[in-house]
Amino acid sequence: MARIKLKRRKFTIPSQYLLLLLTAVSILLMILSFTTDVIPALFNNIAGYTVVPFKAGLTEISTYVNTRADDFREVQEVLSENAALKAQVDELTQQNDKLTEERFELIDLRELFELDAEYEEYDKIGARVIGKDPGNWYSVFVIDKGEEDGIKEGMNVISGAGLVGIVTKTGAHWAQVRSIIDDDSNVSGRMLNTSDNLIVYGSLESIGNGTIEFGQLRDPDDEVDVGDKIVTSNISDRYLPGIAIGYITSIKKDPNNLTKSGMLTPLVDFEHLDVVLVITEMKEDNGL
Amino acid sequence: MKRVVQILLIFICFLLQCTLFQSIAFAGIVPNLMVIVTSIYGFVEGRSDGMIAGFISGLLMDIFYADFLGINMLIFLYIGYVNGVANRVFYPDDIKFPILFISLSDLAYLFLTYFFGFLLRARFDIGYYFLHVILPEAAYTIVVATIVYIPLQRIIYRLKTFERESD
Repeated sequence: MARIKLKRRKFTIPSQYLLLLLTAVSILLMILSFTTDVIPALFNNIAGYTVVPFKAGLTEISTYVNTRADDFREVQEVLSENAALKAQVDELTQQNDKLTEERFELIDLRELFELDAEYEEYDKIGARVIGKDPGNWYSVFVIDKGEEDGIKEGMNVISGAGLVGIVTKTGAHWAQVRSIIDDDSNVSGRMLNTSDNLIVYGSLESIGNGTIEFGQLRDPDDEVDVGDKIVTSNISDRYLPGIAIGYITSIKKDPNNLTKSGMLTPLVDFEHLDVVLVITEMKEDNGL
Repeated sequence: MKRVVQILLIFICFLLQCTLFQSIAFAGIVPNLMVIVTSIYGFVEGRSDGMIAGFISGLLMDIFYADFLGINMLIFLYIGYVNGVANRVFYPDDIKFPILFISLSDLAYLFLTYFFGFLLRARFDIGYYFLHVILPEAAYTIVVATIVYIPLQRIIYRLKTFERESD
């Protein structure tokens, strides 16, 4: 009887050894991903091909559910708005004609003076957000375009309103984006009106208020005030210059009496990011 | 066969965690399904399976959402193992012990993440992080765990007995 049982028993590793083995594998992977790019890249690709299609589908479902719920609420508002808007349409059509005329004039003038509207001229790729950080510590998300769609690590990500973040990792058809509100994010910024440089720090402590911290602003003449606009700096080595970040909501002098710090409200609604644009031009390409 | 099902189940949980669970976020806080599934695997199947469940969960989280591989793998590996030790006092119908272990596991995960990801970068304000991230997530996870514990545990337990009969 004992022998028969022995025969039927499968070969298993005692759990203590398995624990040691898996611990060793984890530490080995940790070291390898710090030192080389080969192993992480391999994993990125395998996981990308298996997980991403499902993720995209599920995101679609949850977006659908959310949208339906929102629709229901919005129908009432929309009906009352509709009447008011119809009146506005007539008024605006008239204005639009006038503006179109002026726009063509502007284009001509720009060409004439060789003005470079840099911000409009970056090549962009649209991408959908298909997954968010599983935990509550970081603000990292995954988009559905990757290396094979032309996305590289270090590319800037924007949404219609302003700067969202930067691509930190890529797979074949997915990429990881670290948003500027993430606790680990630092962006070199510039005041639009005074051209003073400053640093924008993401911080978990201020995400709750919908703001981001900034600091190291030198403003000896007290020219910067609440409501001023912050854009990315031209001395940043990772971010393209002139992308809007947000508006200052509070500012105070640092204890050292030399620099100022405070809070800014970002232009992007990070809670409801569905579609983002990835700028395919990179800071390093410019040779700056 | 058992492994394939295990990997598939964790895979599904990971997908749910990153997509549908993000839309049930309450005040920006999301419950942690990965800790729940790893712990339940530990209770029902013992140390080895708990460990492997944790290993896979950690690996998926590391690949997509961490800067480098390894850290979540290690944390979840040990969560799976420790919960596997609790397998000896496991009764399928008792919910108190598993919920206690799940919440302790989640707290351990949260404190370790704070330690490695925040404290080491000189973010010392532990009171803030405790009140705004650690406590809410642990509480929300307990609520979700009490809802999903029975179905998840039944699925894993059923698979286990099914496997044994077909042997």
